[in-house]
Formats: sequence, C-alpha cells, structure tokens
Amino acid sequence: MDIIFVMIAVSIVIAIVFLALFIKTVKSGQYDDLYTPSVRMLFEDEFIKKDTKVSSESKSINPSNNQ
Amino acid sequence: MAGENCYHCGADCGSSPVNFDDKCFCCNGCKTVYEILNENDLACYYDFESSPGKIPEEIKGKYNYLDNEQIVEKLYDFIDGDISVITFYIPHIHCSSCIWVLENLNRLNPSIISSQVNFPKKEARITFNNAKITLRQVVELMSSIGYEPYISLEDTSVAKKKVDRTLMYKLGVAGFAFGNIMLLSFPEYFQTDEYWLERYKPLFRYIIFAMSFPVVFYAASEYFISAYKGLKHKILNIDVPIVLGIIVLFLRSSYEILFDVGQGYFDSLAGFVFFLLLGKVFQQQTYSFLSFERDYKSYFPIAVTKINRDRTETSISIYDVQEGDRILIRNNELVPVDGILITENTQIDYSFVTGESLPVTKKSGDKLFAGGKQLTGAIEMEALQTVSQSYLTQLWSNDIFTKRSQNSIKNLTDSISKRFTIIVLLIALVAGIFWYFKDITMVANVVTAVLIVACPCALALSAPFALGNMLRILGKQKFYLKNAEVIENLSKIDQIIFDKTGTITTNKTEIDYQGEELKDIDKQIVKSLLRESNHPLSRTLYTTFEEVPLLKVTDFEEKLGKGLEGEVNGVKIKLGSASFVGTTVSNALETAIYVKFDEDIKGKYIIKNTYRKSIEETFNELNKHYNLGILSGDNEGEKKYLETILPTDTVFEFNQKPEDKLNFIKSLQSQQKRVLMIGDGLNDAGALAQSNVGIAVSENINVFSPASDGIIDASKFEMLPNFLKLTKKTIQIIKLSFVISFLYNVVGMIFAITGNLSPIVAAILMPLSSISVVVFVTLGTNIISGNNIFTKSDLVKKT
Repeated sequence: MDIIFVMIAVSIVIAIVFLALFIKTVKSGQYDDLYTPSVRMLFEDEFIKKDTKVSSESKSINPSNNQ
Repeated sequence: MAGENCYHCGADCGSSPVNFDDKCFCCNGCKTVYEILNENDLACYYDFESSPGKIPEEIKGKYNYLDNEQIVEKLYDFIDGDISVITFYIPHIHCSSCIWVLENLNRLNPSIISSQVNFPKKEARITFNNAKITLRQVVELMSSIGYEPYISLEDTSVAKKKVDRTLMYKLGVAGFAFGNIMLLSFPEYFQTDEYWLERYKPLFRYIIFAMSFPVVFYAASEYFISAYKGLKHKILNIDVPIVLGIIVLFLRSSYEILFDVGQGYFDSLAGFVFFLLLGKVFQQQTYSFLSFERDYKSYFPIAVTKINRDRTETSISIYDVQEGDRILIRNNELVPVDGILITENTQIDYSFVTGESLPVTKKSGDKLFAGGKQLTGAIEMEALQTVSQSYLTQLWSNDIFTKRSQNSIKNLTDSISKRFTIIVLLIALVAGIFWYFKDITMVANVVTAVLIVACPCALALSAPFALGNMLRILGKQKFYLKNAEVIENLSKIDQIIFDKTGTITTNKTEIDYQGEELKDIDKQIVKSLLRESNHPLSRTLYTTFEEVPLLKVTDFEEKLGKGLEGEVNGVKIKLGSASFVGTTVSNALETAIYVKFDEDIKGKYIIKNTYRKSIEETFNELNKHYNLGILSGDNEGEKKYLETILPTDTVFEFNQKPEDKLNFIKSLQSQQKRVLMIGDGLNDAGALAQSNVGIAVSENINVFSPASDGIIDASKFEMLPNFLKLTKKTIQIIKLSFVISFLYNVVGMIFAITGNLSPIVAAILMPLSSISVVVFVTLGTNIISGNNIFTKSDLVKKT
C-alpha cells in the first residue's frame, strides 16, 4: 500500500518538470511572437531554381489578410 | 503596354515600362531588385505573394553616418568580437514574402549570419560578421531590395526595453499549484471513511500546504505591494480586500492543517490567485506594433551631414550640431534644427509639425524650422540653434511630459471596493459579537469565514475582463487604446476638443479645375507630363486623372519649387506656379497649379482641404452628449465654412501655437471639465498629454503618431460617437456584474454567518462566482459592441 508514496512523489515531480519547462519556454521568448513561426514553417527549405520553376502558383499562401 | 502592373511592386507600369526577363516593371528600381533577387536564387519571393515589393528609395549617402562607430554604438543589441546583433524596425514588412526574403538575407551576402523577423512588431533581428561587412553595408543592402530600416534618434536614446515576463511566470506557478491542490483535495471532498484515504490524509494535507507557499509569497506578491502602497496613501483600493482575503485564507488554513482540525481552504486560495492573475493577463492587451509614448525623438534622424569649411562632409551626431554649422540635407530628410536656408529655393513639408497639408516654398535666406521634411534635391542650411533649443523640441521641456498621470480619474473598482471593505469588516464584527454571546468557540471560525467569503474575487475580475475584452473589440475596429484604464476615462469625458488640420480634414486634397475646358488630348498631355515628376503636388494631381493612354515626353525639366515643363505631342507645356507660367496670382490664399500650352494659359488646378466624410453627422451625434471645440494652428480662413457645417455651440480657436493648445486644455480642466483631445501632429502633443484622454488620429497607424492614450485609424473617425457610447455601456456592464457578485456574496455570507462554510462549499462557490461574472461581462461586452457596430452600418447606408 505504501506504493502510494512513490506514486505521489513521481506525479508531483512530473508536474514540477512541466512547470519548469513552461517557465523555460516563456523565458526563451517563444511566446513573444506567435505569428511569424506559423508562416515560416510553410517556406520551402530548398531554393527553387529559375529554370525549374514548376507549380509555383499552388504554393501561394496569403496571410496578409489576417493582420 | 499601358495598364500592365509592375511585377515587383504592383504599380501601374504606364507608357514606358521597363521590360526584363519577360516581365514588366514600372521603373529601373524595381527591375534592379528583381535582378538582385533573381541572381541569388531568391525569385520565389514573388511566388508567396504577387507583387510584394516596394520601389527602393534613393539612399545614396544617407547612411554614411553609420560608419561612425560612436554614433551607432547604441543601436546594437550586442557586439561580441566579430559578431554584431542589431534589431531594425522595418515599416514595409507586410506579407509572407517579406518574412521569407528578409530571413534569407544571408543568400545575398554570406557575411550576414542570420536574420529573424518578428512579423507583429515589424522587426528584423540581424546577426552579421562585422569584420566582413559594415553596418552601413547591411542597411544599404536591405534598402536596395526595398526594405529600408527606420532608424531614428529614439533608438539611441532609450535603453533597449526588456520584456517583463514575471506575470507569465506567476500565472504558471499559480496554475500549477491550483491544479495540483485541487487534485490532492479530492479525498477530502468525498469525506468517505475509507481506510486508506484516512491514512494518507495528513500526507496530502502537508503537500497542499507546501504548494500554497509559492502561491501566497510569489504569485500574489504584487497584490501585497499594491495594497501596502494604497494603505500608505490612505486609499482603500481593490487590492486591500483581496490581500485581506488572502491573508485570512492562508492563516486559517495553516492553522487547520497544523493543528489537524481540517483541510483548510488552500484550493480556494490557489484558485483565487490564479483567476486574479488570469484577469491581469487578459487586461494586458498590448499592440506591439504601435507605440504610445513617442516624442520628437522618434522622428528625428540620429546624425546629420556637416559641411566643413573646406567643403568636405562629415557625419556628426545630431546633439553635436552647433550654432553656425553648415548642414547638408538630402531629399526627404528632416530639418533637424532651426536654421537659415543657404542654397536655392526649396519645398518643405511641415504637415507633421503644423498640420499644414501642402509643402511650403522657402527662398534662400528664409528661416527653416526644425521638423519639416525637405522635398527637393539636396539643400544646405546654417544652424541657428542647437537641437534642444529648437522651436519644436522646446515643447517637450514642458512639465506635462515629465510628470504624467496626475490627471487620471479615480477608477470605478477602487471607489466601490472602499465601501465594500468597510461593510465587510462591519459584518464580520457584528457576526463575531453575535457568536460571542451564543457560542464562544465559533467566533474565530465565523469571523474568518466571513472574511474568506467576502474576498472580492468576482469584483476584482469583472473590470479586467470587461475592459480587456472591450480593448480587443475596439482594436479590431482600428481604435487602439493604450490600456484598459483609458476605456474608463473615456466614459467620463464631457468635453471634446478637436484639432483641425489632419484631424477633421483628410490629408487627401480636393482638386478643382478652373479655366478653359481641356479636351481629352489635352488631359493626356498634362497627365503624361505629371508622370515624369515626383513632386507631391504632381503626384496628387496625377492620381485625379482618369485612365488615359500616356504620351511620350521630351525635353522634360523640373524646376525645383516652380514647376514642370516639357514637350508632349508637339506642344510645349508648362505646369506650375503663377510666376513660372508668367501670370499674376489671382488669390493669395489658395494653392493653384497653372497650365500653359505653348503661349496660351489654359487654366489652373485649385487644391483644397477636404473634410472627413460624414463630419457633420459625427459632430451632431457627439453634440448630443458632449461640448465640442476646435483648436487650430491655422488661420481663420475656413472658420465661416466650419460654422455652417458644425453644431452652433462649437467653440472655435484659431492661430493656436502648441503651447496655446496645452494651456487651453488646462483652463478647461480648471473648470472641472474632463477633456478628450483628438489631434494628429506633433503640434498637438502637448494638448494630448495634458488632456484627460488624448487620442491621435492617424492615416497610417504604422507610421507616425504623437504620444497619446490611444490611436484611431482615420478611416474609423466617423465611428467615434459609437466608440464613446461603447465605453459608457461597458461601464454599465461592469456595474451590473458587481450586482451579480454581491448576490453571490450574500449567499456565501449566509453560509459563513451561520457557521456552515465548509471547504467544499467555498471551493465550489468561489470559482463559480468568478466564472459566472467573467462569462457575463465577456458576453455582455460582445453583445453591446455587436449591436452598436450593426446600427452604425445601417446609418451609413442611409446617408
């Protein structure tokens, strides 16, 4: 029955770890700019060469109206 | 080819487009940007957004001062050996293509290590190798692709702002404690007699007890400080009953646990603090891309070009300008100090300082005031004063800019909480006396229960949520307020003072033509000639012509400060001032562009100020509830016209200097008026600061506006009566929510006075009252704003 001591301890440690992670992310400034990363992740990593420009229309994204 | 749009910037390419790579460009500037991007494999800039670019400005020599390490020292975020980091404000950032191209700057020059865009703030943080590339080269590189950073004197004078994130930490801690305490309290709530629950109760209680410490001593610390400050000034602000509640909750719960009497109210305590902090976060709406604290420093450049006696040029810091210095001012640069014009005629745009919308022509030897924008080529001037002594900057030495907030109006929550605290203490006293005679063991129990239940959680939450939500709603309508307090102040206004130029008039001008009627071909000729000129008047006039095919212009010449001439379609045409075309001025008060074909004067274009649309309705609507007034720096020229369109009891004051405006507001306030000042330029800055609420009207919220409590987008000016009405209704909603929270308090009181406040009742009652009040005010503000905006759109349809 004393397993409950271990379980409580573990659960509280996990909760504290999450709290520490939250504070760390706030500190690093992750929540300062919530918009730009959402656009950034849609960019291609590879550059499209001039002569291999195919299907460029389909990639168009249009976030400017969310401002 | 006419009618085709530029591949880079989207402007009309006109009659002589620049063709390159099967694409059409409006000018060589745009083509060059395309070339740069294309050569560096950055052409997918154009794939994210069609024509995202901007015509690059002519910047030759403008950034020479960036080579002077002393001047730019303060601009950097930090420098470590070869690595420099700097954050630029770039007004042109507006779409995903902008983010993409700016974050790939290292493709254009490998010495730039990385760059990161913050889109909402319109900022780019650039890391570069300062051994391989100078700051000037970085800025010039960015300018060459159309992303010119905006660097002003303010960047050097204020220390880089640190972001304060303590509120988020506190919220995290309080939320963590609240959740865990609730969970660990569960066995207590069920009150079963199960063996193992009984056995572990003490363990759970001590864990809960431990978790409450960071909540009380860290997360709630601000409330203690604020309550202490309030008491020191003999003010019973809302934080006093809050702190009273927290202390009583904490002490009684600690006592219960330490002496094994019960479980305490730690769940209620943690929840209380968590909700309070949540309200604070919600109220803390900021518009990161706007600044409400600007002074002249945000408009002034950091450095100017000084011309030495031997005609060499050096860049000096603007504070080092001495009387008698000769200064070079390039096209579109600001006149930094008062001085005398030495070179030929020039045009100075004072629209920002005085509100005058048309550029003023200055002759050699005329006095130039600081703050004007120079529009024609490069000029030289001799400084008459240092920067701090100039006419414009002297305004900022007024006391009003150093000590603020003495004119804030007492807020509603605090004034209610004063009575609230006294009543609660009285009830606790009476209940204590009653139980003293009935059952002396219950006294402490009942008194603490009364104080716990009376904890003004709902009271403290309703205002932050109502005001925070209203702030957001108004922000969506392009009415941006500095903080939630402004809404409350706005609701108490009884006098509104407007500036004239730029506030109730638009920056756009109305153009009338007088004289011999122009045939279609003549219009083509005039428009073709205008296209060649970059002068603001030419650009304004150009946009008034309908789409006509353009003709080829030969022998084009622009005489600065006078006019344009050229040959179009075999006709020698002159456009410009009366003296330029060789006629006499018929009306000195008006601004006119004369048109001359060969030797024949055809007529003139007259340029007038226009008032904002539905200005009459707006004023009549406002006049029902407020006293109105107009303060103008202009002459009385338009007084008669204004009197005919505005309500009869409007007060008019003309020829007001910036100080006069400030003093006028002051005198109104001494008559116990609460004044709302609405202005736009730096000349209103004093009045905006002095007034109870100062609102700046801005045609483009990303560009300039003086320090103020709020910024309203010029297109929403006519909505002003509705916005003011909304602020009043918001306050009514808050008052209603107070009634609801009192009802909850009465129910809680009954439990408390009869001595039946068990922890589970408190744990249910307190969050319930908080949440229902929050829901009520949020829904309430949404409903009133929905209705109001709806009725306005109906009104617009009718007019």
